[in-house]
Amino acid sequence: MLAFVARRLLATIPVLAMVALFVFFMLRLTPGDPAAIIAGDNATPIQIEEIRERLGLNDPLPTQLVIWAGKLLQGDLGESFFFKMKVTDLIIQRVEPTLALATTTMLFTLLVAIPLGVIAAYRQGGWLDRAVMGLSVAGFSIPVFVLGYLLIYIFAVELKWFPVQGYKSITAGLWPFLHRMILPSLTLSVIYIALIARITRASVIDVLGEDYIRTAKAKGLTNRVVLVRHALRNAAVPIITIVGIGIALLIGGVVVTESVYNIPGLGRLTVDAVLGRDYPTIQAVILVFSFVYVLINLLIDLSYTLLDPRIRY
Amino acid sequence: MTWGRSIARSLLAAAAAVPMIAGLTTATPAAAETTLRVVMHSDLKIVDPIWTTAYITRNHGYMIYDTLFAMDEKLNVTPQMVDTWKVSDDKLTYTFTLRDGLKWHDGQPVTAEDCIASIKRWGAKDSMGQKLLSFVADMKATDAKTFTMQLKEAYGLVLLSLAKPSSNVPFMMPKRVAETPPGDQISEYIGSGPFVFQKDEWKPGDKTVYTKFADYKPRSEPGSWAAGGKVAKVDRVEWISMPDHQTAVNALVAGEIDVLEAPPHDLLPILEGSSDVALLNTNPLGNQYMFRMNWLHPPFDNQKVRQAAIAALAQEPFLQAVIGNPKYYKVCPAMFVCDTPFAFTEGGDALVKSDFDKSKALLKEAGYDGTPVVLMHSTDLAVLTNLAPVAADLLRKGGFTVDMQSMDWQTLVSRRSKKEKPAEGGWNAFLTSWVAADILNPISAAGYNTGCDKAWFGWPCDEEMEKLRNSFSTETDAAKQKDLAKQIQIRAMTIGTHAHAGQWYQPTAIRSDKVDGMLNGPAPFFWNITKKGG
Repeated sequence: MLAFVARRLLATIPVLAMVALFVFFMLRLTPGDPAAIIAGDNATPIQIEEIRERLGLNDPLPTQLVIWAGKLLQGDLGESFFFKMKVTDLIIQRVEPTLALATTTMLFTLLVAIPLGVIAAYRQGGWLDRAVMGLSVAGFSIPVFVLGYLLIYIFAVELKWFPVQGYKSITAGLWPFLHRMILPSLTLSVIYIALIARITRASVIDVLGEDYIRTAKAKGLTNRVVLVRHALRNAAVPIITIVGIGIALLIGGVVVTESVYNIPGLGRLTVDAVLGRDYPTIQAVILVFSFVYVLINLLIDLSYTLLDPRIRY
Repeated sequence: MTWGRSIARSLLAAAAAVPMIAGLTTATPAAAETTLRVVMHSDLKIVDPIWTTAYITRNHGYMIYDTLFAMDEKLNVTPQMVDTWKVSDDKLTYTFTLRDGLKWHDGQPVTAEDCIASIKRWGAKDSMGQKLLSFVADMKATDAKTFTMQLKEAYGLVLLSLAKPSSNVPFMMPKRVAETPPGDQISEYIGSGPFVFQKDEWKPGDKTVYTKFADYKPRSEPGSWAAGGKVAKVDRVEWISMPDHQTAVNALVAGEIDVLEAPPHDLLPILEGSSDVALLNTNPLGNQYMFRMNWLHPPFDNQKVRQAAIAALAQEPFLQAVIGNPKYYKVCPAMFVCDTPFAFTEGGDALVKSDFDKSKALLKEAGYDGTPVVLMHSTDLAVLTNLAPVAADLLRKGGFTVDMQSMDWQTLVSRRSKKEKPAEGGWNAFLTSWVAADILNPISAAGYNTGCDKAWFGWPCDEEMEKLRNSFSTETDAAKQKDLAKQIQIRAMTIGTHAHAGQWYQPTAIRSDKVDGMLNGPAPFFWNITKKGG
């Protein structure tokens, strides 16, 4: 097992190197000049040229790559073109809101989606199953921003139960944190509830048709025990896979929710950096996202061994 | 079944409990200080107002820095940090004496040496500052509060330059900060203005915080535009970054923020319908759209073709397509902005109504061969998005072939600096908007610079225009200066530096139940504002 983990961690190095190279060249080959953006609308061409020179953007691409890679190998992700601030500090400032949003969303999703999927599977063909599947289709179909604005209008503007926007760290207290996190998490979780409920239902239906389930029922076990201990555990591998992918997608896919609810997270940092052509920030954020993806995939693989004793590395 | 029902009951109970808990905890505690929460037009990214011309950085500058002179709402230049000033009879020596008691945010006194260093750094970057310094032979501190500016020859825009109201504003900084090379960003953010920048609380993309500067000595005159007493009446100002306009409007309606600097025009009806929100026209001079042509490449390398484009364009279609409500726009032929000292109609009449026959006739005279006009279309800024499609339509009706290329504003900003041919990544035309305060005279307005390579994007080249601009800047007689400005406007329309595509206004939205006293100005000012509650 340890050898497997070590191998997988080592394999992340070439993956990240490829990502780094790809991002570096993609950014510089797409239109847009950070110097022109930094200089502002009223700047003269001469002022822009001065800034370009100062940022090293006039250097040949290989020179720029060597400078960046050299710093990267020393653990220095560089300095933002705009903020005169280390990119590492920017990421640290923004990582907490994104992690908080992703965690609350995933917790809420799991609390709702797995029971719904299991119940739908257990009552396959019944009204509850049809209702869950119907809601699931609706969940897939509603764009996140539409749902976000709708929830804000109803619960924040009209009923005033929640604030329209903003983020409070959990260090400010559990309720202030949750008060601002409930609507964004609800908005973001709908699509994941739809996805995970469907996968859970399908997996549990498969398992419920197995011989050992019939045996368990014949032994007189209660429905609850049959479902939770026998069916759900054996259906868990595809569910965990989809949950893992969901978490990975969440980390990078919170852009819209962060914008609608004004949460200063990594998603918004990425969008701002892309719009401003802030190369060091974009490169660093994408590298971080890539590392998170690789890490989550590794954790998913490891979790299989806990759920299915037949899987060994 | 029992299990399913119990889950459903639990979820319903949890949902019902949320509003009760929310109700118990949303009561606002008594606040010890007043905090003004503001959503600005964009996030503050760069904090050096000399390094960039970005308006958000200019606004930041007004919070923490002060100026030697300032412009009041009648566009008169009045002393601000300066107490007294005089000019010698030959108009070659200016002497400035600072007010008593001016302090930097670190408690040190403001000195004449600080001001000299600040003028030098500003003058190295800003076009109006460069012009001023080209006339300056020497600047010398005669005592801690007094300095002289010795000119090589008489220059008519000394005070106007030092009172420049918009980017780059000549803000005063401590000498050690102002000695930062103009090409580098400053790393210490100490001013002598009415608010102090709280660097430790600054989170780019989230929040910028300013607190009242207790030692600030405001002038005794009432505040007027950027001039007069800058009295900070709130303890703290927070600029909250909120990129989504709809969210910002919702937050204002819900009372979570107090001021929304620039609500988009299509959302104004929502704000007009809210009883606790007021819309203020704090910048009555407004803004001006500009259609800019590139002189380097066909077809706009030909004067007659540029004149044809001007004949085809008209202001009202642009303003209708973007702003919509006539309450927020004005058809105005004055290129130096309506209702200002240099507002003339001469030469600008062509911009009021399209004349497609004239356009076609001029194209024929010019021998236009159908070379497509590569028109850059910015798609992500509401106040610009609809301009290019209107321009394309009018130009086509005037006989042009148009290749409109869509892109985000930042790509446009990058591409407009390229001098290559349009087919190789260059361009022929684009539209932008100027804050009126930037274009009140032919020196500060970048569009009239026809210094070829040194000119603003589009690189117009015209010796006659440069002579007129030089005469304007050295003229010290106000009446003669006015006449020169008129000649410059006529010349600009004749040679086709650009077309003025309409004047428009951006209201600022405030919570009228909490906020009072917001001053008019070329930028949003946060002194003089009072707020009820925390």
